[in-house]
Amino acid sequence: MRPSHILLVLGLIGSGILSFMAPNIDDYAITVITLAGINIILAVSLNLVNGHTGQFSLGHAGFMAVGAYVSSSFSIHAGPALLKTLGGATAWSTNVTFLGALLLGGIGAAFVGLLVGFPSLRLRGDYLAIVTLGFGEIIRVVIQNTDAVGGPRGLNLIPPYTNLFWTFGLAVVTIYVIGSLVDSTYGRGFLAVRDDETAAEAMGINTTKYKVLAFVLGAFFAGIAGGLYAHYITYITPEGFNFMKSVDVVVMVILGGMGSTVGVTVAAILLTILNEFLREFEQYRMVVFALLLIVMMILRPQGLLGGLRMPRRRPKPAAPTIAT
Amino acid sequence: MDEWSKFLQQLINGLSQGSIYALIALGYTMVYGVLRFINFAHGDVFMIGAYMGLYFHRWLEPVFGKVPGPLGACVILLLSMVFCGILGIVIEFLAYRPLRARPRLIVLITAIGVSLFLEYFCQLQWVFGPNRQPFPDLVKTQTLHGLGNVTVKNTQLIVVGVTILLLLGLHFIVMKTRMGLAMRALSVNPTAAQLMGVNTNVVISFTFGLGSMLAAAAGIFSSMLYQQVQPFMGVTAGTKAFVAAVLGGIGNIPGAALGGMLIGIVETMVVAYSSLIGISSGYRDAVAFVILILILILKPSGLLGKATREKV
Amino acid sequence: MGRLLTLKEISIQFGGLKAVSDFDFHIDEGELVGLIGPNGAGKTTVFNMITGVYAPTSGEIEFDGQRVHKQRAYQITSRGIARTFQNIRLFDSMSVFDNVRCAANMHLAHGIVHSLLRGPKFFKQETEIEKSVRELLAIFNLERHSELPCRSLPYGDQRRLEIVRALATRPKLLLLDEPAAGMNPTEKVDLMKLIRFTQEKFKLAVLLVEHDMKVVMGICNRINVLEYGRKIAEGTPAEIQANPKVIAAYLGEEVKN
Repeated sequence: MRPSHILLVLGLIGSGILSFMAPNIDDYAITVITLAGINIILAVSLNLVNGHTGQFSLGHAGFMAVGAYVSSSFSIHAGPALLKTLGGATAWSTNVTFLGALLLGGIGAAFVGLLVGFPSLRLRGDYLAIVTLGFGEIIRVVIQNTDAVGGPRGLNLIPPYTNLFWTFGLAVVTIYVIGSLVDSTYGRGFLAVRDDETAAEAMGINTTKYKVLAFVLGAFFAGIAGGLYAHYITYITPEGFNFMKSVDVVVMVILGGMGSTVGVTVAAILLTILNEFLREFEQYRMVVFALLLIVMMILRPQGLLGGLRMPRRRPKPAAPTIAT
Repeated sequence: MDEWSKFLQQLINGLSQGSIYALIALGYTMVYGVLRFINFAHGDVFMIGAYMGLYFHRWLEPVFGKVPGPLGACVILLLSMVFCGILGIVIEFLAYRPLRARPRLIVLITAIGVSLFLEYFCQLQWVFGPNRQPFPDLVKTQTLHGLGNVTVKNTQLIVVGVTILLLLGLHFIVMKTRMGLAMRALSVNPTAAQLMGVNTNVVISFTFGLGSMLAAAAGIFSSMLYQQVQPFMGVTAGTKAFVAAVLGGIGNIPGAALGGMLIGIVETMVVAYSSLIGISSGYRDAVAFVILILILILKPSGLLGKATREKV
Repeated sequence: MGRLLTLKEISIQFGGLKAVSDFDFHIDEGELVGLIGPNGAGKTTVFNMITGVYAPTSGEIEFDGQRVHKQRAYQITSRGIARTFQNIRLFDSMSVFDNVRCAANMHLAHGIVHSLLRGPKFFKQETEIEKSVRELLAIFNLERHSELPCRSLPYGDQRRLEIVRALATRPKLLLLDEPAAGMNPTEKVDLMKLIRFTQEKFKLAVLLVEHDMKVVMGICNRINVLEYGRKIAEGTPAEIQANPKVIAAYLGEEVKN
């Protein structure tokens, strides 16, 4: 039993206790905790791609959408049959079904992450950002045009399986998985790719593998978050997974300090709470966020916990000039 | 309508839409040329240009009447362009200049912040309001009938025509004026340009101003064609225009114009022939992104760009 | 001694410019070979071709009996070629220790699954890696700086760190790209000792690109000279110093003894 294992177990026990106490907790607080948990999963998973591996992705909402829709489709269409085979709708069988749905959502999202990861290999910085934005939009448009999952009208009547145990527990698992992965010698490869791809390759690190792996893992957990989200609000539309949603997650990662798992976790929680406070002033919420982004970039680009040292300005890859 | 007429009709539709993309794309490409950075907020200047057209029309109604006609329309267009030109310069000064020496990623994130700020600020009730509003006619709209069964709105011809004029004007500025020379020098080699006495700040401001003016024009044209404005109209148009700039070769001015036209035409054709291709017309917005991904995989330097290598 | 690396008529073209033409070259086990030439002669380009950063437009590269000119950089490294860079390319965000640790990635027996599950095999591996990294750092007197950010080291130490990092990949051939750049004469003497020491201790072949003639003539067994992408001379330091073509290529540079 090592420290990391102990923390994981403690976290899981914690989520068990939390869900035990759930009936005694105020409904509103439960909403905030659930959303915070989902946001933590989103932020930590995006941090793997953006922060640790240095691949600036603006399409995370797309992976979340895939997870949400795949898991929901499973719950709605295959759920009832599965429950029956497991002997009716008991707590145990419901949870198994939910776990199955979540995993399918995650795997579906991971597969899409694979598709997105490959074309992104040759791209850097700005270009990568725009391409991932494009992929996110393509996913959204595809869902919007797929009547089988409700098209623009959305998907309704998703069974409300999400509870504090699942949310908190999965948040803990995500933190554990990604945090400990990056900490290992294997995981240092991600950081090497971020710091200097050419040097990383020269040191025997297969940069392609790491970049694609980052996307796949990041997408997987985003898909899980999507599944949790869908089974919480029970009604999803493609519009809910648009570019603004991706930006929400990006803000969390930036605020927390790209590359700091702890930082983004804290940032996710803070921003969830901030969101709730500003809900009355929904109109102003994004204005505040936007100003926050700008001010942070000018004053403290390394975020709360400054995980990422400000890199020296490298000679930029030469780009075409104003030709005529 | 026979096949040829349909094709021509769609071609014209595509060209007029393409003109709008082209004008916006030029702003992206010029700023990228001198600063190596994607001005994410550029699409929102387009939106503000459209709204300024709306407001100038309203304020000048006593002078020009409800339908201003060619002279009034030109005045409104110019006023919007100037307003947005200044706006562009102000944005650069406040948000991007302090970050000139920072890594591009930081500036990109700031640009996203500026874009979001403009969009959400403008949709506040006491600014532009979140709902779409109708855009007034600036000239009396007529439908002209041409060869076969092709119908063209006069506004489409105006859009394409004025766009061509603006492109020529831009070409003149970039090729034949000292400022244009300075822009080109700055995009090739900033250090050498400064050593030769080019005032970087002035040139960069000028570039932003110029690009923003063109975006404003695009905003007015778009509103003329589609007769409505809404605070988020810059998002899709802006992103597609960026794709156009990349398609043509980012940093390459004729490329941006070419790219814009191509995307406009391809997009229109895909929608028009969507049943033939077997996809729903709702995929319209995805067309530009698919083109983007293809071009970045196949020829990242764009159609008119030159491939360059990173020095190891 | 076995032939380790062979370049057969290597050429590379960038657009209209032929940067390297028909370059023949070899290194045997245990040799210390130098590659010199005026600026722009193509030395770093040759390096980049050997290490897989660029693919030659024609010709072949064989290392340890295998054709490597079409492989990716990380694959070539796993075959046993490591390098340093002209402008030091360390992993800026990482500590001294972690920089070297990254290079151990290639030889991991247990990969992602174990890193996630963190079973006993994982911890055993991590402990071994830590031990070998510390040993390596200690040999080069950098162990005491292990936890410092690598950028906080003085320039000369950073260069040493880059070499240590390359050594962590357990190469048979080490490529050093202008390691003496930016050093004062004392540091250069230390560097020469360091390179000889490294070569002997780790039983390496070394290919050295360098401008400083004292360093090159001082430690190399054999020297190749490039000019405008073509080899103009090859031989021992004494032969090269006397070669009129070489002197002409360097026009005005004093070739010291």
